[in-house]
Amino acid sequence: MRPMTQDLVSRRNVLKSLSMGAIAGSVLHVIPLQAAEYAHSMIEAEKADANGGGYTPKFFSVPQYKTLQMLCETILPGDAESGGAIEAGAPEFIDLLTSENPEYQLKLGGGLMWLDSACDDRFGNAYIDCEAGHQKEILDLIAYRKNAVGNKELSHGVEFFALLRDLTSDGFFTSRIGIKYLGYIGNAFLIEFPGCPPVPGL
Amino acid sequence: MPNLNPAKKVYDVCIIGSGAGGGTAAKVLTGGGLSVVLLEAGPRLNPADDFKEHIWPYELEHRGAGVGGTSRLQLNNEFMAPNGFWDIEGEPYTTAPGSTFRWFRSRIEGGRTNHWGRIALRFGPADFRARSTDGMGDDWPISYEELSPYYDKVESYIGVFGTAEHVPNSPDGVFLPPPRPRCTETIVKKACDSLKITCIPSRLAILTQPLNGRPACHYCAQCGRGCISAANFSSSQVMIPIAQATGRFTMIANAMARELVVGKSGRVEAASYIDKTTLRESLVYAKAFVVAASACESARLLLNSRSSSFPDGLANSSGVVGRYLTDSVGSSLTGYFPQLAQVQAHNHDGVGGMHMYMPWWRFGAKNEFLRGYHIEFGGGRHMPGVGGFDGVCAEHEGYGSALKQKCKSAFGTFIGFSGRGEMIPNEKSYCEVDPNVVDKWGIPVLRFHWQWGENEAKMAKDMQGTFRSIIETAGGTVFAGSHRVMQSNGISEGGTVIHELGTVRMGNDDKTSALNRNCQAHDVKNVFVADAAPFVTNPDKNPTLSIMALSWRTSEYLLDQARKGEL
Repeated sequence: MRPMTQDLVSRRNVLKSLSMGAIAGSVLHVIPLQAAEYAHSMIEAEKADANGGGYTPKFFSVPQYKTLQMLCETILPGDAESGGAIEAGAPEFIDLLTSENPEYQLKLGGGLMWLDSACDDRFGNAYIDCEAGHQKEILDLIAYRKNAVGNKELSHGVEFFALLRDLTSDGFFTSRIGIKYLGYIGNAFLIEFPGCPPVPGL
Repeated sequence: MPNLNPAKKVYDVCIIGSGAGGGTAAKVLTGGGLSVVLLEAGPRLNPADDFKEHIWPYELEHRGAGVGGTSRLQLNNEFMAPNGFWDIEGEPYTTAPGSTFRWFRSRIEGGRTNHWGRIALRFGPADFRARSTDGMGDDWPISYEELSPYYDKVESYIGVFGTAEHVPNSPDGVFLPPPRPRCTETIVKKACDSLKITCIPSRLAILTQPLNGRPACHYCAQCGRGCISAANFSSSQVMIPIAQATGRFTMIANAMARELVVGKSGRVEAASYIDKTTLRESLVYAKAFVVAASACESARLLLNSRSSSFPDGLANSSGVVGRYLTDSVGSSLTGYFPQLAQVQAHNHDGVGGMHMYMPWWRFGAKNEFLRGYHIEFGGGRHMPGVGGFDGVCAEHEGYGSALKQKCKSAFGTFIGFSGRGEMIPNEKSYCEVDPNVVDKWGIPVLRFHWQWGENEAKMAKDMQGTFRSIIETAGGTVFAGSHRVMQSNGISEGGTVIHELGTVRMGNDDKTSALNRNCQAHDVKNVFVADAAPFVTNPDKNPTLSIMALSWRTSEYLLDQARKGEL
């Protein structure tokens, strides 16, 4: 693949020339999106290029990372409307942040260990090897704060899952597919701001 | 104290800091024919490379959360215009036991104006006559009428949108037309009308029409990231370039001012600074000095400028430098508005800030507390970002398709309200030089003492009640889904509204103030202060516009002095 730098520089030049265009009053309200899409496709191409399309986790062990991927996808799954957390790159995002943050390393790395241990106690298997029903059973326990009230057996799992849910949401809803799924429209060049369309009941 | 070398080049004026105050002084002084050198503690800015305007979160490896996710919920997330930080590596500050204070500093050309909220409100006539009005605090040595022509000049030059509304003590200005309201603003305005709370177009330093060679806003809502086209105001893009164009302006970047050096004349002759790239200390010579390093940083520079004639610091024979430190009273509440889920997907971005706001609407009425506050609000279908779904996740919990759909239907349905109120200066809130700690440049750091007063607590409580009634009247419910939201129910931590000011205050009496009515030091006539340090009160109006108006006035006075040969 050709050097990335040049492409990113040219993307920047695109943006720069666009802002100059705006000064001249040109009607350019769609092009920045195309420029951004272009830059994104370059970044994706680079990602896919590294490691033959695979991904080597930066912090988690390979088995832990598989569990992480599975949990992320369970938290925000793909459906008829959009892809899920894995397609959105949430596990890579979480792995990156965790590799840089000792607190996350304890909470998420330790949390995954806690989960496997809790599954082993209950079902005789690590989470990833449990049958679907058992996986659901443990997640239904740790996905709600009320289950941890007065239950020291669950409180650590609940804390772990709450953080993982927040970070999975971050990873999903800041991805291209997540933003599209929400129906966000914007980040554009407008000549005029149109204001609010009709609101029911107003 | 460093030794002076009289053979060196002497500029007419040396300015410390390139933010709102320093940038304005640079423009006015070079425009008036003076040669100016400016010391900036950070690097030069290149908007095309440094600003992250129009970048999507997925284009950044950390999606805006920063390395390790540490800026996930912070103001200094990756998208913000560069070098604005709560903590700067190697440049600590300390707090006294029992005090909590946070200090947001920026180390870059343009300072905090690169990412500020662009809220540009004039102080009102009563704000200059605080003691005469209610017996608390002090009056300014100048009146609104004296500053008003400078507000006109600043607004005409930088461009501020708004509307003439004749709200008591929230004066109208020279305004460009405001943008149309968003859905969130339409809903809140309707509720405010029925509650008889004044809700009017906001007043922001963002161009809705081309002005002075700058294009109009293109409505991407990303002002906080810095605006490559300079359609919003920043000192780095609007003040510094015009100063530079005169050929009379020199900026020394990465120059951390250490002290102002007094010569035999009893006047300041040079500024000593550390070159952050070489770690060498140098002197720059000038006939006059304009200190505009931000209120607390300016106080620090003066306090650290000790000499045999000024053992307690420069311009501090009164002992007031560092005293009278205030910040705005902040309190917030978020509402959930189900009707927003019914609105079709649309571009809701608008300018980088609120299109409407509530100025203090009970001025002159009998209230539970003195002074007043205004309300800022925002929300709706803005670009999703990290941390944006914490609240929904905390309230809904669970996982799977149900959670995913809940997030989707909740997107754009929240409106956050923030009050910004006046703090009355008190004895227990001040900064001083920490006797034991220096920064990595060897310069003694500040230690903060902080305590909110009873008036501020009453005000924050009133804010909460008001937010609740607006939310409920508008058909919403108070959203308590996130821990973060619940914690913000009280009063903000000192410093976190980033309206810290008052530390080198002006006044007619040299026993109780450091500067005279021209922001000139009582003790040393060639030293001026041109940020928010000279302010005597901290009204509910955000300080930046007043920093610029006061700096413009001070600079014109300095020009006048130069014409008379008084420099």
